[in-house]
Amino acid sequence: MSARETILKRLRERADGALSAPESDFSVVTGRGWSPQERLARFEHWIGSVHGEVIHVAEDDWTGALTTLLVDKGVRRLALGKRHPVAAEARLALADAGVALVDVDRDIEQWQREQFENVDAGLTSTRGAIAETGSLWLWPTPDEPRLMSLVPPLHIAVLDAATLEDTFFDVMERHEWADGMPTNALLISGPSKTADIEQTLAYGVHGPRELVVIVRHATELPEGAGRE
Amino acid sequence: MTAVKLYPPRPDKVYLFGTCLIDLLYPEAGMDALRLLEREGIEVLYPQDQTCCGQPAYTSGYQQEARAVAAAQLDLFPEPWPIIVPSGSCGGMMRKHYPGLFAGTDLEAQANDVAGRIFELTEFLVHVCHLDLEDHGEPERVAMHTSCSARREMGLAETGPALLAGLGQVELVEQARASECCGFGGTFAVRHPEISAAMVEDKTQAIEAAGAQCFVTSDCGCMMNIGGRFEQQGKSIKGEHIASYLWRRTS
Amino acid sequence: MSEQAPGVHTYHPREFHRQAHESLDNPQIRANFRKAMDGLMAKRCDSFDDWDLEALRELGANIRLRALARLPDLLEQLEANCEANGVRVHWAEDGDEACRIVREICESHGATSVIKGKSMVTEEMHLNDHLEEAGIEALESDLGEYLVQLNQQTPSHIIMPAIHLNTDEISQIMHDKTGIERTRDVDAMTAAARQQLRERFMAAGVGVSGVNFAVAETGTLCLVENEGNGRMTTTVPPVHVAVTGIEKVVEHLRDVPPLYSLLTRSATGQHVTTYFNMIGSPRKEGEHDGPKEVHLVLVDGGRSDIYQDDELLDTLRCIRCGACMNHCPVYTRVGGHTYGTTYPGPIGSILSPHLMGLEETRDLPTASSLCGACGEVCPVKIPIPDLLVRLRQESVGEGRGNVAGAGVKRSRKELAAWKGFQWLATHPSAWRAGTSMAGKLRGLTPAKLGAWTRHRTAPKPASTTLHALVKQHQAAKTDKEECR
Repeated sequence: MSARETILKRLRERADGALSAPESDFSVVTGRGWSPQERLARFEHWIGSVHGEVIHVAEDDWTGALTTLLVDKGVRRLALGKRHPVAAEARLALADAGVALVDVDRDIEQWQREQFENVDAGLTSTRGAIAETGSLWLWPTPDEPRLMSLVPPLHIAVLDAATLEDTFFDVMERHEWADGMPTNALLISGPSKTADIEQTLAYGVHGPRELVVIVRHATELPEGAGRE
Repeated sequence: MTAVKLYPPRPDKVYLFGTCLIDLLYPEAGMDALRLLEREGIEVLYPQDQTCCGQPAYTSGYQQEARAVAAAQLDLFPEPWPIIVPSGSCGGMMRKHYPGLFAGTDLEAQANDVAGRIFELTEFLVHVCHLDLEDHGEPERVAMHTSCSARREMGLAETGPALLAGLGQVELVEQARASECCGFGGTFAVRHPEISAAMVEDKTQAIEAAGAQCFVTSDCGCMMNIGGRFEQQGKSIKGEHIASYLWRRTS
Repeated sequence: MSEQAPGVHTYHPREFHRQAHESLDNPQIRANFRKAMDGLMAKRCDSFDDWDLEALRELGANIRLRALARLPDLLEQLEANCEANGVRVHWAEDGDEACRIVREICESHGATSVIKGKSMVTEEMHLNDHLEEAGIEALESDLGEYLVQLNQQTPSHIIMPAIHLNTDEISQIMHDKTGIERTRDVDAMTAAARQQLRERFMAAGVGVSGVNFAVAETGTLCLVENEGNGRMTTTVPPVHVAVTGIEKVVEHLRDVPPLYSLLTRSATGQHVTTYFNMIGSPRKEGEHDGPKEVHLVLVDGGRSDIYQDDELLDTLRCIRCGACMNHCPVYTRVGGHTYGTTYPGPIGSILSPHLMGLEETRDLPTASSLCGACGEVCPVKIPIPDLLVRLRQESVGEGRGNVAGAGVKRSRKELAAWKGFQWLATHPSAWRAGTSMAGKLRGLTPAKLGAWTRHRTAPKPASTTLHALVKQHQAAKTDKEECR
């Protein structure tokens, strides 16, 4: 018998008999009912608490904020996609900004060392975010591959405020994740960190040292949210 | 989930299960429990054939022996009166483990009945007697050590402190890591004496650092452990069972 | 630890008592664990603010129970969905077989270097040693694991592998083993490790990771982490091998958020980890990164034995958060290495006997005061104290005999003592006579009672028992009433 058959047989022929499966009540992880303002406030609080920076911008002017950010952070080489509107608009706006735009629509084997050693930041879109935990959710694509949000020391993520939802459970259910999962689905909450050296927090142990979230607002900025 | 226990109205009579440790080493604690209950106008029945709840054997893995000992206690409480146990550990054994110990045996129903009538002393004083205390003692700073069984098995972290809070002259000091085990654990103290010693050392240090003049506990195992450590070090901090402490200050 | 001779540090559960003594006598170890555990307990407590924790734990327990109830079906479903996604699934009856599978995958790709994400099951099966013997270098990439590996040790905690080391010790290790300047600057040490490990990620032929939850419904492998080394391990090398115990499967994708919430809060008091990495498939046509091959190795390793028994089954609910060790007063005093097992602390004491047999692990089920702190914080409500008691029963031969090595601690002398106790406690008049006699002879009570009196005074029987005092009291009361 193969290991597979042996294991399954042992599990099926359980000595104490078949088990009955209880029903589950998921109400504790959903039904928050937060207003858009509360949602945004929670998102910002939680992602801030784990060292994520948030910049609020008006939707029609977000690339201006991006340009300023790149200057502030001293980014000379930025990795970004081409097709996603975030990437396309950024490329347009950055054409003459003195920042080298690094194409990512190449198989990693061709440029791994370059990506590891010679990219200052990765710019990605996000599919949405989770207020309860301050998490971004990303489904990397050929246009915005998996390593862009991981390898460069700075990850800049663009989030539309309207895509914020309350809980992880809500996101999963509303977007019917179970009907079709991508190659890789990610929640990102802050930059890479460790506390393995005597409980002392240190950032950027393997992934980005910094995470900046540019939150785009369709209408006017929320009260108290300053533009950098 | 642990069901919320519904407390009965104050009964006319109760049984007292004194526990073997109190019977042998600290009988005054048992007497003080009895006096507190009698002062509330409750008649206390003390079955003379009681011995031990069986817990020492049970936690050591000797389930058959524990069951035999426990079975010998089941017949002692024929009337439907509450059974008061001045120990969270023995109370926990009787309330939480008797049903499992007798599951599938002829004694199952009887064990469930007894388990359902078990009350730890401070629980009964607070939730059934709604005890009102008048403190005649001198001002004193005291530390409370609630036993792990009372705290976790029986869910009674609050009843001991609530009773002490009813004593006007008593200041309950806050200890570091109050909920941490003192290291007694029955046979644990014998099988792993050095670990147990490290635990009780930390516990005595915490009580001392909190500025307590004495400590109070609802379990004689913890008292023997913590008090024995203080005494061996020649410290003046003494332990007292909560029943004795309450009786001494209010009688 | 720093005083120990250089070389491999080994610990064994048979040496529990000796190892416990060594830890207890080591103020550095004591301080490191106390400080860390105090912090973790406080953080966990804070992180559940605003939550109906009991409802969440109830749901967590319920999800795990449901997964176990349907385990064989879910494993088949997981396999079918993984295969449909292009993930190759392997089954291993034990750790050795799992090691062979991983090694063969490495060999088939000519990989001589493996980079690892944190995985307790690969610790359990000693994968690194197995690969080294085959000439394949296996390097841990989780910072704590990396440090522990540099120091030729094993993890002392399932979530924080290097928690037994303090900054000075780590500084020394990094200096000795990697040649960096000695520094107490944690950022500098972290940055150095980043540089060292990035080279290794790029060079590795295979990445080996664990799995936190394997979702049957979609064939998704979920990994929880803060550092990003897990994402690196599962994305950078051309081949990814995920290794998991068969019990890690859950039924639905929606079962994941509650367990994830419980896991991060229980483990480190974080409301969320930096990364939640859900792996669906190898690199697809047109995608530019990620491994071209993904394998899943399902390891039994004694789990199907545990599965047979209704009570022991609860052990398999564990989601490996480590909260039980963080809250364990014994673990806090003796540290993780004392247990000598892959899984230390309370969960280790109820799991290791099944993985290694009670003969090897005979001291673990008793290494608890049954204080209940572990069961109280367990996010999936495993009744750990009850399981410890059950294993004590098995040890002395009074259980159901469902654990390897059952009866190993059966001793005629001890049994006779308990039979004596039983006889006395079931013969009330003898009991009363005995306790009364003890009181009369109290002057003869020995001042030394073995280990007890090394640290405490000996208790003394009271001169009059409670039985006798109550009798006197009741007689006096009756007299009084009769006088009235």
